[in-house]
Amino acid sequence: MTDFIDIAALVDIPRQGARVVKTATGCIAVFRTADDQVFALQDRCPHKGGPLSEGIVHGTSVTCPLHAAVFDLNSGRATGADDWQVQTYAVRAEGGRVLLDAAFLARRSAA
Amino acid sequence: MKQKLVVIGAGMASGRMLEHIFDAGGTFDVTLFNAEPRGNYNRLMLSPVLSGEKTYDQIVTHGADWYAAQGVDCRFGEPVVRIDRTSKVVYSNAGGVPYDALVIATGSAPFIIPVPGRDLKGVCTYRDLEDTNAMIAASRPGAKAVVIGGGLLGLEAAAGMAARGAEVTVIHLMGHLMERQLDPAAGYLLQKDLEARGIRVHCKGATKAILGTDRVEAVVLEDGTVYPADLVCMAVGIRPEVRLANDAHLDVGRGITVNDQMRTSDPAIFALGECVEHDKQLFGLVAPLYDQARVLAATLLGQEAAFQPVQTATKLKVTGVDLFSAGDFADAPGREDIVFRDPGRGVYKRLILEGDCLLGAVMYGDTADGAWFFDLIKQGKSVSGMRDTLIFGPAFQGGASANPLAAVAALPPEAEICGCNGICKGRIVDAITAGADTLDQVRTVTKASASCGTCTGLVEQIMALTLGDSFTANANPPMCKCTDHTHEDVRRLIKSMGLKSIPAVMQDLGWKTVGGCASCRPALNYYLIADWPTDYVDDRQSRFVNERNHANIQKDGTYSVVPRMWGGVTNPAELRAIADAADKYNVPMIKVTGGQRIDLLGVRKEDLPAIWSDFNAAGMVSGHAYAKGLRTVKTCVGTEFCRFGTQDSTGLGIRLEKLLWGSWTPAKVKLGVSGCPRNCAEATCKDIGVVCVDSGYEISVAGAAGMDVKETEFLYKATTEPEVMEVIAAFTQLYRENARYLHRIYKWVAKVGLDWCRAQIEDPANRRALYDRFMLSQSVYQVDPWAEHAAQPAQWAPIADLTLRAAE
Repeated sequence: MTDFIDIAALVDIPRQGARVVKTATGCIAVFRTADDQVFALQDRCPHKGGPLSEGIVHGTSVTCPLHAAVFDLNSGRATGADDWQVQTYAVRAEGGRVLLDAAFLARRSAA
Repeated sequence: MKQKLVVIGAGMASGRMLEHIFDAGGTFDVTLFNAEPRGNYNRLMLSPVLSGEKTYDQIVTHGADWYAAQGVDCRFGEPVVRIDRTSKVVYSNAGGVPYDALVIATGSAPFIIPVPGRDLKGVCTYRDLEDTNAMIAASRPGAKAVVIGGGLLGLEAAAGMAARGAEVTVIHLMGHLMERQLDPAAGYLLQKDLEARGIRVHCKGATKAILGTDRVEAVVLEDGTVYPADLVCMAVGIRPEVRLANDAHLDVGRGITVNDQMRTSDPAIFALGECVEHDKQLFGLVAPLYDQARVLAATLLGQEAAFQPVQTATKLKVTGVDLFSAGDFADAPGREDIVFRDPGRGVYKRLILEGDCLLGAVMYGDTADGAWFFDLIKQGKSVSGMRDTLIFGPAFQGGASANPLAAVAALPPEAEICGCNGICKGRIVDAITAGADTLDQVRTVTKASASCGTCTGLVEQIMALTLGDSFTANANPPMCKCTDHTHEDVRRLIKSMGLKSIPAVMQDLGWKTVGGCASCRPALNYYLIADWPTDYVDDRQSRFVNERNHANIQKDGTYSVVPRMWGGVTNPAELRAIADAADKYNVPMIKVTGGQRIDLLGVRKEDLPAIWSDFNAAGMVSGHAYAKGLRTVKTCVGTEFCRFGTQDSTGLGIRLEKLLWGSWTPAKVKLGVSGCPRNCAEATCKDIGVVCVDSGYEISVAGAAGMDVKETEFLYKATTEPEVMEVIAAFTQLYRENARYLHRIYKWVAKVGLDWCRAQIEDPANRRALYDRFMLSQSVYQVDPWAEHAAQPAQWAPIADLTLRAAE
């Protein structure tokens, strides 16, 4: 079951940028690309915990601001030699609003 | 049900074994005991730690994260006291842990020579981090250290302590240093090299006693010589640590006896590393230990594998000493030598042949061909065809030219390049052809040159050979992987084609990626700002986090805030505002910077707009401590207070900072203004420095005091303050218009030449034009970014907060 929550207006996230959603289990970075696609990833680089929301967004990738690891926003996988994976979350842009699938929150509280 | 694997000892061999097991997807419940209170680090690299070339953190191979990720139960600092073979349980003082398979990897213990005084304080061995730290602590300049033992370990200890300033004496029982690896001639060259570094070497010296009352004071030898000592390091050898195995009644010779599968006399117990004896042989170098780790991992995973010791080569990890030895070089009937000496260069090479085969090689001073000789030794092939020129190395074989790369090209694919990790040439070539085109990538993919690093040069040569022209082309590489153009080409085309936006540059110059990358975007943003100040609009999303957030991100995601302090001068009101802000925002650290201002560290992102707003209210603006732009102008007190000052250096510094602040540059720019040649503002290691003299102002540029250290070079002598201001603004503009992004002034000047810069500045019309262009840019960019952003605090906070929702 999905449970999409309206979190913000699309224009509140800068193009080629990100904003952060706080949750009880850590921050989620919500990215907006140059062509208005949106993606949501855990805001924590598996390398040294860098905030991915502060990275430079290029195409559908983001470069971690601390040590320049590059992640594919679609899959959350690192594109370099390192076998890193960041948790991704379902998110979509609809009618100028950004909707985040909050099923993970329900799972958390049920657990 | 998962098998229970218990490992005693977290050394390099057992760490590598666990890596192999987990890499192969093996599932065990692993418990790892270690007597040392830490996990696995690269023991080989203790010598660079001792000499100060590396830190402990840099040599950790498996951090806490790694163990956690693999689910290893770590018992660090918890020595094992007993093995109960009947019920298959291992006991520490904290209790018992059952095992299905047990691995003993207890390594070795240093040998302590039984002389009086060996228990005194200040006597150490060289085995682990505690020993290394003891030697570091004792190696303050002027301290006296005695190293007993002139083998590999002893000499690395001696060189490390000498590098830290201690007066070091090495006492060696044998006639020459490193007698197990070197012949007397090479040992002599090594001794001369060490003596030239101030290390005293006493060969044929037998230690009689260590003297001292509370702690060590001196070492006395059998021949009566006395060496005063604050620290004595015993490095005479190691013996396998077999006490646990003995107590458990396993078969033990000199080490714990193992078969080809690394199994001990108890089928459920295995052993590897320096504590084992295989085929009557002990092992101390890392390469065979890694082989054992591979074999034992396979055995535990139920695969077939057998350990066969191979020849090993030795290198001494002392910076600046080049020696290599491999194989057998003892004199024996039927053996012949080929020797080459060049006393002028301190080069010595000796090859030992038996029949048609190469048996051993010793090289000193020039070891470039070491790997090639080592390979010939291992292959055992006939060398009769090239015997005449053998000593000159592979470059002279088969009529090939003396190309330094020929030696590497001649190596067969199975030639071992990285001894630490057992990586052969073929694997490195495969990795390069699969796309690894930088040294870092080759390291990541293959682990070659990732341990002790002595094979780095070889790996680079293999890269040059495999990549051919494209590797040479890296001398002036494209800007990044998104384009084939160099930085210089891009700058030129932006101007000549009138490109005024990042999308325009990417479109018209044929960028190969969508939206560039984190390397080209900030560069393009800078070039467009510098070239089209009034047309281009700064693209915040193309800036690195620090410039985007106008604060420096720290490792924990907080920021540091540095308000501008003009010329390093402040007043009680500013200091009060800083103190108030520190209280109000719970700033964990306040630090005075090298650029004469105050840094507030540990500020949370959402607090940035408020703290800026508070500083603005107190009349302070951003110090741009995060910017590729003007940072600081450091000053001394000049004629205002100083009895030596020749000009108002403080005032000039403040006026220069007010002229230049807010300007974006290819890399950071720091200035210094000193009031007299005593140079208290250290102006002569800045990007731009002014030294005041009675007759005026000496302007010099292109200094550095970071990764490189370099004195500034004289640019221009000015007689008035306005002339100083015009020259420095013009020079800064020249730099802004011509340098490559991220190149500091000294790097750029080295490329274009100081004479060219001076010619541009000395021409009055040209100087004025540069100055005018600089001021035009300042009319747009000299604004306080903090004031701009403090007005929109909402953009700095999370966009949504779902923390409460989870509790619903």
